[in-house]
Amino acid sequence: MGQSKLDLLQGTLDVMVLQTLEVLGPLHGYGIARRIEQVSGNEVLLNQGTIYASLVRLQQRGWIAAKWGISDTNRKAKFYSITKGGKKQLAEDTAYWQRLSGVMGRVLAMQGEGGEQ
Amino acid sequence: MRHSLREAFNRIRSFFRRDSLDQELNQEMASHLEMAIEENIGRGMSAEEARRQAIVRFGGVQQSLELHRESRGLPWLDTLTQDLRFTFRTLKRDYGFTIVAVLILALGVAANITVFSVVNTILLRPLPFPDSQQLVRIVEKDPKAGESSKTYTADATQDFQQQNHSFQSVSGYFAFTGPDNFKLMGNSQPMPVTGMLVAEGFFQTLGVEPSLGRSFKSQEFVKHAQPVALLSYSFWKRQFAGDPSIVGRAIDLSNTSVTVIGVLPNTFDFGSVFSPGAKVDLFTPYIMDDFRDDGNDLALVGRLKKGVTLAQAQSEADQLFPQLLFEHKHPEFKPGYTGQLTILKDYVSGKLRRSLIVLWCAVGLILLIVCVNLSNLLLARLAARSKEFGMRSALGAGRGRIVRQLLTESIVLAAGGAGLGLGVAWFTIRYLAHQGSIALPLLSMVCVDGTVLGWTLLIAAGAAVLFGLAPGLRMSDSNLQELLKDGGGHGASEGRKHGRLRSMLVVAEMALACVLLVGAGLLLRSFLRVLDVDLGFEPSRAAAISVDFDDREKAATRAAKWQEIVERTSSIPGVETAGISDNLPMSRNRSWGIAAKGKQKNSAQDFVPVFVYIVSPGYLKAMGMRLLQGRDIGWHDIADNRNVVIINETVARRLWPGQSPLGRTAIAGGAEVQVIGVIADVRESSAEDNAGAQMYLPATKQFGPEGEYLVLRSKLPVAALARSVMITLRRINPGQPATEFKPIQALVDHATSPRRFFVLLVGIFAALGLLLASLGIYGVISYSVTRQRPEIGVRMALGATEIRVQFDVIWSTMRLALVGASVGVVASLAVSRLVASLLFRTAPTDPLTFIGMIVLLGAVALLAGYLPARKASKIDPMIALRAN
Repeated sequence: MGQSKLDLLQGTLDVMVLQTLEVLGPLHGYGIARRIEQVSGNEVLLNQGTIYASLVRLQQRGWIAAKWGISDTNRKAKFYSITKGGKKQLAEDTAYWQRLSGVMGRVLAMQGEGGEQ
Repeated sequence: MRHSLREAFNRIRSFFRRDSLDQELNQEMASHLEMAIEENIGRGMSAEEARRQAIVRFGGVQQSLELHRESRGLPWLDTLTQDLRFTFRTLKRDYGFTIVAVLILALGVAANITVFSVVNTILLRPLPFPDSQQLVRIVEKDPKAGESSKTYTADATQDFQQQNHSFQSVSGYFAFTGPDNFKLMGNSQPMPVTGMLVAEGFFQTLGVEPSLGRSFKSQEFVKHAQPVALLSYSFWKRQFAGDPSIVGRAIDLSNTSVTVIGVLPNTFDFGSVFSPGAKVDLFTPYIMDDFRDDGNDLALVGRLKKGVTLAQAQSEADQLFPQLLFEHKHPEFKPGYTGQLTILKDYVSGKLRRSLIVLWCAVGLILLIVCVNLSNLLLARLAARSKEFGMRSALGAGRGRIVRQLLTESIVLAAGGAGLGLGVAWFTIRYLAHQGSIALPLLSMVCVDGTVLGWTLLIAAGAAVLFGLAPGLRMSDSNLQELLKDGGGHGASEGRKHGRLRSMLVVAEMALACVLLVGAGLLLRSFLRVLDVDLGFEPSRAAAISVDFDDREKAATRAAKWQEIVERTSSIPGVETAGISDNLPMSRNRSWGIAAKGKQKNSAQDFVPVFVYIVSPGYLKAMGMRLLQGRDIGWHDIADNRNVVIINETVARRLWPGQSPLGRTAIAGGAEVQVIGVIADVRESSAEDNAGAQMYLPATKQFGPEGEYLVLRSKLPVAALARSVMITLRRINPGQPATEFKPIQALVDHATSPRRFFVLLVGIFAALGLLLASLGIYGVISYSVTRQRPEIGVRMALGATEIRVQFDVIWSTMRLALVGASVGVVASLAVSRLVASLLFRTAPTDPLTFIGMIVLLGAVALLAGYLPARKASKIDPMIALRAN
């Protein structure tokens, strides 16, 4: 069971995309998808195609901007970059996720100590 | 908050840029895949493997596209447009069905909108005056004799105005204004116009301001004031072509120079509020001093003070009215006035409330029948399409999606029907608003307004849900896969269930139609009874024309002129008899009192209120009234100035019960009069009310007429006579205005027009209901015949005769009709009690009407069943069996 990939929680993909763009600067859809896969150590179950739904959502909220450009391999591709609003949102989301994972960690640790094992 | 707003905006934008966005995404995804393939090849995969891996990792181009679209645009709107597009396609394919459905709906909706707009205008909308709920009409509590007992004298009015504390103002108008009472002298022929005399403060009380010029001033209501007039908007437009410079100019009204001081606004229609069907051209001041001796002639309207309730005002009126004097000159004579206060709106529309509600219910029933009918059509269509639905469900459409699709169809149909219906109603309403001949109040103000549009939306939506319900329910409780398997819902159990639902709908339709038919039947029978009433005169072949000449207020001149007019017009070829009266039945009315002369001086209690007519010899004959005893008035009576009177049976019975009244002396109009004749009762105000007391007096010195109508009885149609009569009248009096010849029948028609209007409408609705119900029954039977083809084929192959097959089909039709009619009769018995007050000499359970309507319903059902029955009997067993 440990081998199966993680299902993405609702909304997590958006944060991942924002973080990727924040760190790496302008990137095309394929690049973002690859990067997330690499960072997650291939543990995340990601159909690369779903990234485009996330990208359009972020774009419509004004958190990222898009521009057509040429990739390193000389291909036409759409490049996404994080906006000011996006950065602010990312900061909020980061704080949220850190708080949540902290709480989750503590709660689960408590269960592990007092459990039936 | 801001980003969700921006997102919503972007989603809407994306919805409309769908194609270019899709294209962009496709490009993006293509380059994505190429980059992935490149990378995979770089890692040493074969070209084919690299491509395969890339696609696997991408995870479905189409799904990604869908996902993208969902988070980008408005998915529900996408589904809706899809459904709509599909609906339009299917409806276009089944255009026969679509046309029938939309037409049926349009009829139902149009009927509903039309009736609603009338109901809205007469019952729901406030009167077109500011704060109209403060306006109150004041009449006698027990009006015994026409308008005279709904009016008050000038002195009584003034006293009430001064003594009351409940009203901001009280005013009134002269209730005995006849049509065409003035002559407008222009450059050419004199033109008859109708002028209404209104008391001081009338327009202020109503809250009506002239749209041009000014209202009357106080000094214009004193004796010998400079004559002034206000024009009605339509008269100003018609006669003076809307010329604003008319204000301040003088016009010649019946040989008096009258200054026009203003024009009333377009929204003010005196007739539609106070005197349905009448048109008033101009208004002049009612100068109280001119009318002090004329008895009751003011109809009163008041505006309550703010915060004063009707009950408070009523209790004050109950104190004040009995104390009011008839005339200040005779303070000893107390007429015993009473004052019933009614909110003007209720006074105007109160009597019609019941009729309108019945009408409203009738169109509601029509809409119900329309819905049931459409439900039935949709069910039949559903059966034919079950294979399609099975297929779509097999391809992955959820039940919800299919039901939603069905609902979309009914909404589209309803919208189409409502749109068309609204168009039809718009024309009907315009037509109605211009029907001056229907004596319904406020009818000229009927129009399509916001409320009406809202109502249209409401009934369209209601109808869509109602008729979409049955098919939707059926779809949700049937097994879609089964539909596919058994080849179109022709399975025995499914089919029977289906048939039962449709039969129930048809029974409901029949029952509703039956209720409508019985209601219409009862009203029609009442109407026929009204037409059957012995009016006491013969309206057919008689016509009246308003005549005019200057008699210089002298009885002798007048008598001579009258005799000349009567004698010369009755010698016109084609004219049988002619006569003059100052008043015609079923138009305006006026009453005095009459008493049998007693030994002592008569007291007020001895007087019977009585309608008065000042007539010439020959008038009774020209009207076709029946002289029962005695003789007509003769020219010598007038010449000798003899005060004689002809009374009707009612007066004779009241004053001299059981004795012959001929030769007796009565007191009437302030003089002693001798009874010379008795006539049969004449229906005075309408065919439906009982005849009141009436008397006919000659135009002697004592009794001056108010206006003159020449009545002619002839064998020829009125139009053929008009010219020669006008020529004769002009010869006698060059100033004779070009008044119209009015058939006496028109007076009767006008009086019965509200009833005629209701009967006509309810009749049309009933016919419509019957038609729809028979269509429904025909549809069901014809469908079941089609479905049973193989079965009928087998039976015929086994020896069933054509007659037998026909009989079976007709029997199944009649069974439905019978059940429907039985339910309908029970419902009608309940409903007929509601219309009881609208009936005239007809019992709400009138057996003839009930039986007649059931027979009619049965006959129509028989016809509806006969056509499919014939089709069934023509089935060739060989073909039917082979097709199976």
